[in-house]
Amino acid sequence: MSIPILKQGPYLIASIQSAPTDSEWREMGKLLAERVGKQRSRGVVVDVTVLDVIDSFAARTLREIAQTVKLRGAEPVVVGIQPDVAFSMVQLGLTLGEVPTELDLEEGLATLDAILKGGEINV
Amino acid sequence: MSDETHVPIRTEYDIVAARHRVKEICTALDFSSGEQTLVATAVSELARNIVEYAGSGEMIIGLTNNKNLKGILIIARDEGPGIPDIQLAMKDGYSTSKGLGIGLPGCKRIMDEFDIASRKGHGTTVTVKKWKR
Repeated sequence: MSIPILKQGPYLIASIQSAPTDSEWREMGKLLAERVGKQRSRGVVVDVTVLDVIDSFAARTLREIAQTVKLRGAEPVVVGIQPDVAFSMVQLGLTLGEVPTELDLEEGLATLDAILKGGEINV
Repeated sequence: MSDETHVPIRTEYDIVAARHRVKEICTALDFSSGEQTLVATAVSELARNIVEYAGSGEMIIGLTNNKNLKGILIIARDEGPGIPDIQLAMKDGYSTSKGLGIGLPGCKRIMDEFDIASRKGHGTTVTVKKWKR
C-alpha cells in the first residue's frame, strides 16, 4: 500500500494513512521529488497525524524527504506530530533538524502560503 | 511465563508487527498512552537493529513482575556479528551504519531496566523492562 499524494493548488500533500514500512517511506520520498517537478509544486506537506511512533528511521527519512523536496525547489513542512510522539522523540533524542513543523494540515498550508508570499516580496 | 510472545524479526514488516504486539501488552497493563508510545518506539529501535545489523533474530515480548510492580519485558535476540565494543555502541551519536546512533542509548533512556550482552561472532541480546507506575 503506497502513501497517497494529493495535489492542492501549488502544493502537494502526502497523507500518511498507516504506519509506513521502510520501503513505503523511501517510495514516498522518490514520488514527491518527481511530482514536485511534474506538477510544478511550490510546497509539500507531509501529514504524519496517524503515526503513533516516529523512530530514528522515520525521523531520518522525514529529514531526507524534506531536504530532497527543498533541493527540487519546493518548501517542505511536516504536520500533525502527536503529543505522545513529540514527547517520545525528545526522550529518544530525535529531531527533525531544520525541517519546519506545524500543528496540522491547515497550519501547514498557511505556513506555505506565508513563505511563498514572503518570497514574492523579495523578488 | 506462558504469556510470552515470540515475534520473529526478519524483515522491516516484522518491525511493525513487533510494535503492534507491544502496544497490545501495554494496553493490557494499562500503561498510559505516553508510556505506550515510548515502549513502542524503543521496540522499533531494537527490532530495526536486528534487521539492520544481524539480518534476522527474534523478539520475546511478555509480562514481568517484581514484588508488587508489574511491567513489560522485551528481549531482542539475534545471532548476528555481535557488537565489538558495547561501551562505544552505547554512546549517543555512535553508529556503524547510516543510523543516527541513538537507538541503543535512546532505548536505555526510555526503559526502566536495560541490559545488553554481546559476543563478537555470537550475536547480541538486549533485555529491557518498563514498570507500570
